[in-house]
Amino acid sequence: MKAKTSTTSLEEQVVENLRRVYQEKASEAVPDRFLELLKQLKNQENPDALS
Amino acid sequence: MRSLDDQVASDPRDEIVKFLGPMRAFALSLTRNGASADDLVQDTIVKAWKNFGSFTPGTNLQAWLFTILRNTFYSDRRKSRFEVEDVDGIFSGQLSEKPAHDGKLALNDFFAAFVKLPVDQREALALVGASGYSYEEAAATCGVAVGTIKSRLNRGRKALVEMLHLSDEDALEMTDSVTTSIVNTKAFAARTVR
Repeated sequence: MKAKTSTTSLEEQVVENLRRVYQEKASEAVPDRFLELLKQLKNQENPDALS
Repeated sequence: MRSLDDQVASDPRDEIVKFLGPMRAFALSLTRNGASADDLVQDTIVKAWKNFGSFTPGTNLQAWLFTILRNTFYSDRRKSRFEVEDVDGIFSGQLSEKPAHDGKLALNDFFAAFVKLPVDQREALALVGASGYSYEEAAATCGVAVGTIKSRLNRGRKALVEMLHLSDEDALEMTDSVTTSIVNTKAFAARTVR
């Protein structure tokens, strides 16, 4: 077997798996609290913009 | 060149919402705890909003947000607010002695190994390995030399492989099993084993 190549490829695969899991987490639905917070911040500065 | 009209019509800060997902993933990599990660994201949003004047339009907003998130994490870490002992949720699970007898690697083992890494290695892996940052971008975000990022990344990768007790024979099986379990958690119903 190509020992050196295998080690490198093991590491690459580990990183690839991390990437997949991480990207999955990153594309999860965002909790409403953050959208509410952004809305609040916007309205605080711009009270007139409130409907 | 300048589009003042556009800026009046749409607040550039409205773009922040697009990066909430990546911010949560990065925060989780740092804190290793879902609740702490979301608290960190919340503080980051408030800071970013209030300091938006220091963002240069046209530059990478995600990188700017990540920098704030990271600074918030490290400045508050002294008060140990964000880094708790309790590693939870997605990252929970015991690291088994070895991969299962068939040499397959459980997804939980993978996370259990990741959270055992020092924070600087988790950070390098999250930015370069998982988010696709260049070494230069990651170095800028972390305020260290490019070589430092490279060596953290290397040490992190090696440590993961070691902790997971992976050897040459596991190489192919690992990709299959971890990929399968990821796919399965998302769309397990889509495919039945026959």
